[in-house]
Amino acid sequence: MLLNPAGERVPNPEYEPFVADVTGDQLASLYEDLVVVRRLDIEATALQRQGELALWPPLLGQEAAQVGSARTLRPDDFVFSSYRENAVAYCRGVELPDLLRVWRGTAQSGWNPYEVGMATPSIVIGAQTLHAMGYAVGCLRDGVDSVAVAYFGDGATSEGDVNEAMIFAASFRAPVIFFCQNNQWAISEPVGLQAQRPIAERAPGFGIPSIRVDGNDVLAVMAATRQALERARAGEGPTFIEAVTYRMGPHTTSDDPSRYIDPLQREEWAAKDPLARVEAHLRDTGVLTDELAEAIAGRADEIAARFRKGCVDLADPRPLDVFDHVYAEPHRGIARQRSQYAAYLASIGEAQSEGEQR
Amino acid sequence: MTELTLSKAIGSGLRRALSDDDRVVILGEDIGALGGVFRITDGLQRDFGADRVMDMPLAESGIIGMAVGLAYRGFRPVCEIQFDGFIYPAFDQIVSQVAKLHYRTRGAVRMPLTIRVPYGGGIGAVEHHSESPEAYFTHTSGLRVVTCSTPQDAHTMIRQAIACDDPVLFFEPKRRYWTKGEVDEDADFPMDAARVVVTGTDVTIVTYGPLVATAIDAAAAAADDGVSIEVIDLRSLSPLDLETVEASVRTTGRLVIAHEAQEFGGLGAEIATAITDRCFYHLEAAPARVAGFDVPYPASRLEEHFLPDLDRMLDAVDRVMGRENALTGWSAS
Repeated sequence: MLLNPAGERVPNPEYEPFVADVTGDQLASLYEDLVVVRRLDIEATALQRQGELALWPPLLGQEAAQVGSARTLRPDDFVFSSYRENAVAYCRGVELPDLLRVWRGTAQSGWNPYEVGMATPSIVIGAQTLHAMGYAVGCLRDGVDSVAVAYFGDGATSEGDVNEAMIFAASFRAPVIFFCQNNQWAISEPVGLQAQRPIAERAPGFGIPSIRVDGNDVLAVMAATRQALERARAGEGPTFIEAVTYRMGPHTTSDDPSRYIDPLQREEWAAKDPLARVEAHLRDTGVLTDELAEAIAGRADEIAARFRKGCVDLADPRPLDVFDHVYAEPHRGIARQRSQYAAYLASIGEAQSEGEQR
Repeated sequence: MTELTLSKAIGSGLRRALSDDDRVVILGEDIGALGGVFRITDGLQRDFGADRVMDMPLAESGIIGMAVGLAYRGFRPVCEIQFDGFIYPAFDQIVSQVAKLHYRTRGAVRMPLTIRVPYGGGIGAVEHHSESPEAYFTHTSGLRVVTCSTPQDAHTMIRQAIACDDPVLFFEPKRRYWTKGEVDEDADFPMDAARVVVTGTDVTIVTYGPLVATAIDAAAAAADDGVSIEVIDLRSLSPLDLETVEASVRTTGRLVIAHEAQEFGGLGAEIATAITDRCFYHLEAAPARVAGFDVPYPASRLEEHFLPDLDRMLDAVDRVMGRENALTGWSAS
């Protein structure tokens, strides 16, 4: 920990050097990111409640873990995430409406992975950790010092794929960071059902050094990520980071956490809020004035308004789009079904010309 | 032209692919020093290095998932699954990731993986070493599924599979690994075009992989009995070249489909339905299937009873010819 819940800097000789260069203004910029991604998350939850989205996986409480790590990466690093890393995607430069395409149901993914250095999120738990490891081996083969980062939750650590990814990464000294956000919950199952010991303790058994970090401390997360990146770029292989945080909301908007969450536990974590401590620190050091706070809040509102408009403006796909991109090369079976369905649509007067489509 | 066994023909195809494109990498268990349990990759690690021909930790999902990451980075991975029965731990990565990433990303991400699977029975192996899981994969959109029956096809098709921008499941009929034949390294043909192996006028037998040789034998035996059989080797199981089958059945009017895989929900059902749909008024009899029984692949001393053989194929020919046979009067219900 570098910044305690009261917003005080805590001495930490090992990790302090990794963030010694972060100025007050830069910390204020990180604070703005935290405010914006929380605002976007709240907006998306509202959009779901209003029927504009089919589903939304809130990240409330995990802002520091996501922003602190993602803001540390280079553009040529590559992220393989789960579905909750919308703040990571925002930091990677994903366009606002693209964050919502999947959840609105207009597409299976929101963005071109190569434009932002972030793969399309994996909904199958833990599958992406293997992809990150493979990508990292590819970086080694290509002789570049880019790093792959796999984001996943505490629940995923029970999956075979995550364990296989760690074995392979250690064997090949792959430049990959396993970034586990331990948010204490796998839907309704507490982390204790996945792990009898701190999750970070597992990695050394695979031959991978690990760091257990306060996931609600944006500076500490940044320091841990920088250390892992340094190791990876120096050819020292993978690092496992366990960012200990708390999912303050439901698993998704379909979930009912009142059935399984102890309100007292939630209150304890609310006192460790990742935004409040940065705010307190910036107030204490005089960086955050009322005017700046107001300006940041205003910017967050403005971004949220664009987010909302981008959502409702998303065009529905066209009927025949269902056949597109199943294969990269022509496939006679798909071609046949496509032409038959086009003829069927035409027979019932369904608009097919571009002009008649939205 | 060189005479090669089917296994050596695959090996020579892999060697050519490694030489022609430095983005091709091979991943698998025991493929390095050992050259694979069937020696298909014999000598490749020695000649191309451990960076191109990589021995993997023993984890099938890990191998396929790693290949996905390599493909994201622009490599063309060729994965070896050691035996058919060991592909299931990788099933999620194949059907949920490999098959769908191109579709999911609207074409932004290519998955040019080739997944080699030695499959099928007839070698007297123990449990989990003789299975025909092809239908699981033909059922999944986004995958191409192919198989070979001759050294020539093995050599050409493995190279085509690696060059293809789509993921390809490449099923190798392991009991035909030692079949010899002439191989022209420069030969080419469309990977998804079926091949008419034997021409005939009375009955069409459609099959693939290990049973092509059996069907050729059946055609010879039937000819002695005055029945002219056309044999079609599908090569590609997804997509299916139904046009070639249709053209044949329009001539013969009778269709037999043979595969080692269990009958229920297999390729035979798909082909029978598709051809009935296209050729209903040309058919003289209902299409007949010859397939493995709907039981788990049995112990090797029972496999001769499980696997379709020459006689069961001829029995099916009798059925579609309307001749007396063991199943005359038998009802599907």
